[in-house]
Amino acid sequence: MPKLTIDGKEITVEEGTTVFEAARQMKTSIPHFCYHSKLSIAGNCRMCLVEIEKMPKPQISCNTVAQEGMVVHTQTDNVKALQKNVLEFILINHPIDCPVCDQAGECKLQKYYMNYSVGDSEFNESKVKKPKKVDLGPNVMLDDERCILCTRCVRFCDEISKTGELCVTNRGDRSTLRTFPGKKLDNKYSLNTVDICPVGALTSKPFRFQQRVWFLKSAPSICTGCATGCNIEINHNDGKVFRYQTRKNEAVNECWTCDEGRLSYTFINESRLIRPLLKTANGLEEVTKTQALAAATEALQKCSAEQIVFLGSAYESNENNAALKKLANNLGVTALQYAFHEVENPSSDDFLIKADKNPNRAGVSNLGFAEFSGELTGKTVLAMERISASQIEKIRSQKPKYLILLSSHQSPACELADVVLPVCTFAEQKGSFINFQERIQKFEVALAPKGQMQTAWQFLQEIAQSLGHAWAITSPEPLLKEFFNLTYEEIGEQGKLLE
Amino acid sequence: MDTKILTKNFGLKDSHLLSVYESTGGYQNLKKLFGMQPGDVIEEVKKSGLRGRGGAGFPTGLKWSFVPKDSPKPKYLCVNADESEPGTFKDRYLLELDPHRLIEGMIICSYAIDCHNAYVYIRGEFVYPKVQLEKAIEEAYQKGYLGKNILGSGFDLEITVHRGAGAYICGEETALLNSLEGKRGQPRLKPPFPAVVGLFACPTVVNNVETISALPYVLENGADAYRQFGTEKSPGTKMFSVSGHVNRPGNFEIPLGYPLKKLIMEDAGGIKDGKALKAVIPGGSSVPVLTAEEAMDVNLDYESLQEKGTMLGSGGVIVMDETTCMVKALTNLAHFYSHESCGQCSPCREGTGWAHKILQRMLGGEGRANDIDELNRIADNMAGKTICVLADALAMPIWSYLKKFRSEFEALCRS
Repeated sequence: MPKLTIDGKEITVEEGTTVFEAARQMKTSIPHFCYHSKLSIAGNCRMCLVEIEKMPKPQISCNTVAQEGMVVHTQTDNVKALQKNVLEFILINHPIDCPVCDQAGECKLQKYYMNYSVGDSEFNESKVKKPKKVDLGPNVMLDDERCILCTRCVRFCDEISKTGELCVTNRGDRSTLRTFPGKKLDNKYSLNTVDICPVGALTSKPFRFQQRVWFLKSAPSICTGCATGCNIEINHNDGKVFRYQTRKNEAVNECWTCDEGRLSYTFINESRLIRPLLKTANGLEEVTKTQALAAATEALQKCSAEQIVFLGSAYESNENNAALKKLANNLGVTALQYAFHEVENPSSDDFLIKADKNPNRAGVSNLGFAEFSGELTGKTVLAMERISASQIEKIRSQKPKYLILLSSHQSPACELADVVLPVCTFAEQKGSFINFQERIQKFEVALAPKGQMQTAWQFLQEIAQSLGHAWAITSPEPLLKEFFNLTYEEIGEQGKLLE
Repeated sequence: MDTKILTKNFGLKDSHLLSVYESTGGYQNLKKLFGMQPGDVIEEVKKSGLRGRGGAGFPTGLKWSFVPKDSPKPKYLCVNADESEPGTFKDRYLLELDPHRLIEGMIICSYAIDCHNAYVYIRGEFVYPKVQLEKAIEEAYQKGYLGKNILGSGFDLEITVHRGAGAYICGEETALLNSLEGKRGQPRLKPPFPAVVGLFACPTVVNNVETISALPYVLENGADAYRQFGTEKSPGTKMFSVSGHVNRPGNFEIPLGYPLKKLIMEDAGGIKDGKALKAVIPGGSSVPVLTAEEAMDVNLDYESLQEKGTMLGSGGVIVMDETTCMVKALTNLAHFYSHESCGQCSPCREGTGWAHKILQRMLGGEGRANDIDELNRIADNMAGKTICVLADALAMPIWSYLKKFRSEFEALCRS
């Protein structure tokens, strides 16, 4: 356990810790481009140069292992000059057109320029010209002139996705990032290269030029693409989700997210149901919330508990499933099943992608709901989405007497319903999921509900109240407390493994 | 005293043939070698004071001793035959004219470090030397000097020749290892050093052709015999490749400590066409240039050249007469180094190209008043800040040319 001194402060670190990491442990940030905690050390950007006493030359802190008695300086004028000079080299051939660069506002180069190098360039020569729009693969575009050749993306493809599509070709200032001949940057994790690109070289095709990042608002959330529950930030503006960004969670997704999950946000923006629907002679028609709730309540009142089936959902939050369970307890309903989302030939791997495309199967099971089995003939059914195509077919063939559906979308299941209540997706409410590891994780409100949308638990409370049960819930937390004996604070930012 | 150790067979007919090499005593000391303890071989090489002839001048025996003896991994010898330093053409002749001396040297080194698979990484453009070397290796296999159980000693050694693909940087030892492994030829971060983590992540010695070719003499005659040549701190002989404005350019093997003046004015026949000497690069294009005055007053050994602020380097002596434009000469070097920068480290990738562009602009008549300061600043900011020394290899000429021939640059920088 070597003890070293960084900027006058002593720190003892684990054997093998680098000076860079030791400084980071002390909350001293050393500027860097190529270093990434999850990737091998490349040492090429030279931005993290520091002075170490008794060493004749400045050393890159990312590749210098801390030694007993080492005295490191990261903030001296000399170190600042070193960093400024490296930055100057990186900038001479870099376009200085931040206003039209998609990375502006979240660019390391821009940030360091403001920190270290503000001033007119001494560079009077013509810049090296490179292609501005290189199509690397289905999701990623390269602006070659903006690339600072830190090779983070190359190392990501070699070491994390293990697909090895990227390389640097040519030499000197003609060096350029490319895919190997005949290859595309086409892997399940390709958009992570955009995340770790410190500059505007790699951009996400779906996101590029859609929104200036400083207009984006952000809410911590959980990806609903599969049972892994990758931690994400939902970036949104004007009621629309523009992208998911990875949020760090070492126990779940480290700092990565798969492309499939990352791009699943589009469902939040599309085909949303914002008003209740009621089946009439002319098919489903928009009605007021009062009319829809009255119809639902009446249907439930007309039958005995044995004639009712509740379909919870592996796609819905713990809190909404708990509300359904609470209503079942009130009414004495014991037929509790859960519907789930299914796709044909689901993707899966041994890293982040699970074949189970539901974010909360563990949560709904935990509440005592059994996997969907049907047995709905002649029953009054209260159901939550998402319901897979095969389950919809089963429902259609079994002809329930009455179907009350809580749905966020104009989905195929709506066609079978007698009444549809428009509910919020996870992006419009607070709640929690339990992932495949039995880790409960919470998500925050990103978007405001539109139209007549409410959370499922709010509709269920209104039904319960109409049926004479005294619920007085104003947030999802009491449901979490009652059925999982947890508070959101206890879940924390990184989730909590259930015992 | 006969100072020909490396080149003693150069004048013989068919010097590249095994029979000729054997007739001059070649391979005759292998029996002696296999009777020695490997550690004793390393000791003898250490005692000889032999230093790496590729450019850095690192003590050879010491380099070998860094190879961990108790490592269960295979150990490798890689001979650096990627001779690309402008002005240097000595290894090429050693390969063409006396390849068996190199092969015998490789057997000696391999035995000392317990290597059974040795490689020669040869410059891609060296087609003829490569053919000569491969023929020689074939002969050595047939005669039982290579392969399994060499001369009944129980020692095995295979040699593989690998051609480079035209990158100067692959002469840097860790870029060479990457290239040999089939990767992009870029220098590796150090530490770890090749002696511990080298080829295929195994302990590896990388030595220059000339270094290895000196070993048969050291083994045959002993360290003391080797030390009778050269100086106390720079023992032995060294090949110098003299090029430029001289009457008789070529390779000259001389004892270290030999006067540069004698090499240029006598061995190389003096300056062409009776012109005056202007400048000399003593050790390959990357070392600081000497003025005529400095060059006529320095001896060719590591220490003397260091005192003059330059280096022995690879022994590539480039002679420039009074007609040479130093701005053009430096521009030529800047072009070379910016073209050959591997592009990995920001300061070198950008700095070499930047310097080249400024110099080109100056030559084009567009020099500005602050260009000299700017060039010095670029050199300051890239030297010593990168993974390998390619940035330094341009910085050193920039500093020295601007300092010693400043007026020529100023003439092109009048605003």
